[in-house]
Amino acid sequence: MQFDRRVFLKSAGAAGVAAAFDAKAHFAFAATPDDRRLVVVILRGALDGLAAVPPHGDKDYAGVRGTLALQTEGAGAIHDLDGFFGLNPALTNLKALYDSRQLVVFHNICSPYRDRSHFDGQNVLEAGGTSPHLLQDGWLNRALAPMGLANGDGALAIAQMPPLMLSGKVQTASWMPAVLPAPDELFLAQVRALYAGDAVLEASLSSVLALQASAQGAMDDPAAKGMQPGKGGAYGNLVPLFQGAGKLLAAPHGPRVATLEASGWDTHVAQGVADGQLARRLAALDTAIDALRVAMGTDAWNKTAVVMATEFGRTVRPNGSGGTDHGTGGAAFLFGGAVAGGSVKAEWTGLGQGALKDGRDQPARTDLRALFKGVLADQMGVSGAALETRIFPDSAAAPPIKGLIRV
Amino acid sequence: MSVEGALAVHRFGLGARPGEIEAASRDPKGWLVAQIGTPAEQPLAPDGTAFPGSGFLVRQEQEMIAARRAAKAGDTEIQKSQAGGRLRIFTDEMAGRFQLGFATQRPFAEHLVWFWSNHFTVSTTAGRTLNFAGAFEREAIRPYIADTFENMLLAVASHPAMLVYLNNVASIGPNSRAGTRTGKGRNENLGRELMELYSLGVDGGYTQTDVIALANILTGWSLDPQAPSGFGFFPNRHEPGPQILRGRRYNDDLRSGIQAVRDLAHDPHTAHHIATKFATYFIADQPSPQSVARLENVFNKTGGNLKALATAAVEDPAAWTPAPAKMRSPVEYVTAAYRLLDLPRGDNAAQQIRAAMGSARNMGEFPMTASSPNGWPLVSDAWTGPDAVLNRIEWAKQVGARMPPDFNAAAVAGAGMGPLLAPATRTAMARAESQGDALALLIASPEFQRR
Repeated sequence: MQFDRRVFLKSAGAAGVAAAFDAKAHFAFAATPDDRRLVVVILRGALDGLAAVPPHGDKDYAGVRGTLALQTEGAGAIHDLDGFFGLNPALTNLKALYDSRQLVVFHNICSPYRDRSHFDGQNVLEAGGTSPHLLQDGWLNRALAPMGLANGDGALAIAQMPPLMLSGKVQTASWMPAVLPAPDELFLAQVRALYAGDAVLEASLSSVLALQASAQGAMDDPAAKGMQPGKGGAYGNLVPLFQGAGKLLAAPHGPRVATLEASGWDTHVAQGVADGQLARRLAALDTAIDALRVAMGTDAWNKTAVVMATEFGRTVRPNGSGGTDHGTGGAAFLFGGAVAGGSVKAEWTGLGQGALKDGRDQPARTDLRALFKGVLADQMGVSGAALETRIFPDSAAAPPIKGLIRV
Repeated sequence: MSVEGALAVHRFGLGARPGEIEAASRDPKGWLVAQIGTPAEQPLAPDGTAFPGSGFLVRQEQEMIAARRAAKAGDTEIQKSQAGGRLRIFTDEMAGRFQLGFATQRPFAEHLVWFWSNHFTVSTTAGRTLNFAGAFEREAIRPYIADTFENMLLAVASHPAMLVYLNNVASIGPNSRAGTRTGKGRNENLGRELMELYSLGVDGGYTQTDVIALANILTGWSLDPQAPSGFGFFPNRHEPGPQILRGRRYNDDLRSGIQAVRDLAHDPHTAHHIATKFATYFIADQPSPQSVARLENVFNKTGGNLKALATAAVEDPAAWTPAPAKMRSPVEYVTAAYRLLDLPRGDNAAQQIRAAMGSARNMGEFPMTASSPNGWPLVSDAWTGPDAVLNRIEWAKQVGARMPPDFNAAAVAGAGMGPLLAPATRTAMARAESQGDALALLIASPEFQRR
């Protein structure tokens, strides 16, 4: 963990820094209702919904999943949720959230995108249009002004660069745990003067410096320093990212909206069952989610909703190489202390051949935009008018899902 | 030193080595075109020898697998040592690649290699590709930068690295002899990406039926330890019967499969897709329709001649606007700094190369490790996020701090940037408290971060 390293402002003296870097030494005051927080986790690569949320009660489940079917008993057994759906055995923290009524699981859900390109699928997921490349900015950015977060860095991407979902007219911040020692403030002031004529570099540098000023206290946590990075494999370790997000979101004047990303879900080969590569990846994600919860602390967590979605699902049947290919419908998750959880919401039509889209995919019976809209409305106080016009144009057929947030 | 000379070196090349802007200024376009008539140079192993070919690497991998199987159950040492061996192969290959970027006298040719290698992404996020990723660029990209797109596409589609990365080695015709015996089947990954990313583009008008047809056509394309190239066609895994791909019928043999790949290279959608990406990479984040159309016409007229394509980009007036058009990616940025400073120098060259590799990785990019087959982003936006910008400033400061005390930053800036050096940077450097800080300001300056 290198949380302490980027907090150069502390050692430099906060007052001196404020003088040197003026303007945005803190975030815009959160104007969201009751100081609520929204986190969106983008799972890039198309998560296999039937592996994450196995419908073990479906009569066709075991047959159609074949070698990829999870067991309901013994070691590596599915965590049962409601007698019909369950969670992958790797998702122990999500199971605990479900049991404490802080998790809603969705199935047969997808964005309006119906082809099978990752990149176009992610574009639709993030831009919020009805087809790829229709909109140039992200729906979450368009939602910031209606949340009252139009001024300043009220939204944060845990990334070197905000993803499309959070990109657009409203300025946002980005943050990553980094590895080099910080330069002194004099040098930074010199560089900043050089950037006076370069709008892009100037905005980015101002943003990250302001974020650090705001976050300095949040990062100085002895518990964070002792934390050992887990095994993230080639996809990197998620825990520092989720934990960092949690600490920044918990800060009194910190960001109120954040995006996180996790990739590595494109399991075409040997995805494994209860202990394979996909299960290990799910376990890493599950651990990171718990790190986010712990880092936020009870008060902030109770005001938080986290929505987690992927660009589309994967084929119902295994392919020829122990994996699954690009599909359509899949699973999504909504969790947090503010969530009215403890249920699985799915318009389930079975896994028989006749129920599958194109004879191969889970169908898309629920529009992801309906989930996003429901959360934006009830968690973040976004008006119906803003949702239907600017944020999700042409989404009348996907009305907001109600009742997802504890009032 | 002319502005055009400096633009040739920075925009099309990889940043100025000492004396390079002067050399380019005599005839900037001629200087560029003279670099790209032949295959690209090959990187060398740390001991100065050539890297082994794919045939050797495929055999070596098979021996590793055999050794693992022969080892006693629970013998974790062999697994560890083999994992270390794979990582070393990849790290050595990439060190050779970085060193070539720092030193090459044909920087435009090398830059073309980087473009094509990223277009045809093979990534070590699939661990088994560690052995073959370096060989991929050496065998499927470098020989073809002045050849045709068709030949490069075929070399890519049949290279062991690609067959492993996009799972074609696991794709078995469901009705083939192996398929009926084992119950295993097709894997669509290579069939899909070969059209979506590598040739036609996502708007190229292909359907799911075409994806399955191409995947069927490619069944049986796999690794053969007996072949010098490492590639083999295995009829017992190949889906029997003709396939209809985009309205054309292909028989169930290797020759027809090769023809199918060649036909994709000549599809008009491919010309548009490639022209758009090429212009985005070399000319502007959002190239004008005229720029794209010029490249597309040349691609179509010459049957996809890649030297002609690169020459057309050089001859596009839009490529010579003095204002920088592109943000350097981290690998480009680190490379430009090493060229500027004539690094590596002295007796710890290997260590300096490793340091550059680690720096690029920290800034968010490392060759052949993109998170998806879409590759690293081509547009500037990807590298200008708040955290990314601070990372670069921190790195610039570190580089400055390592310079010897007698270092003359102003001289380096004059030679390395020529007329592109901004007055504000010159002034700030003159006021800096040390030569190291002056250099750091140059490397952190907007004009050095861009090209």
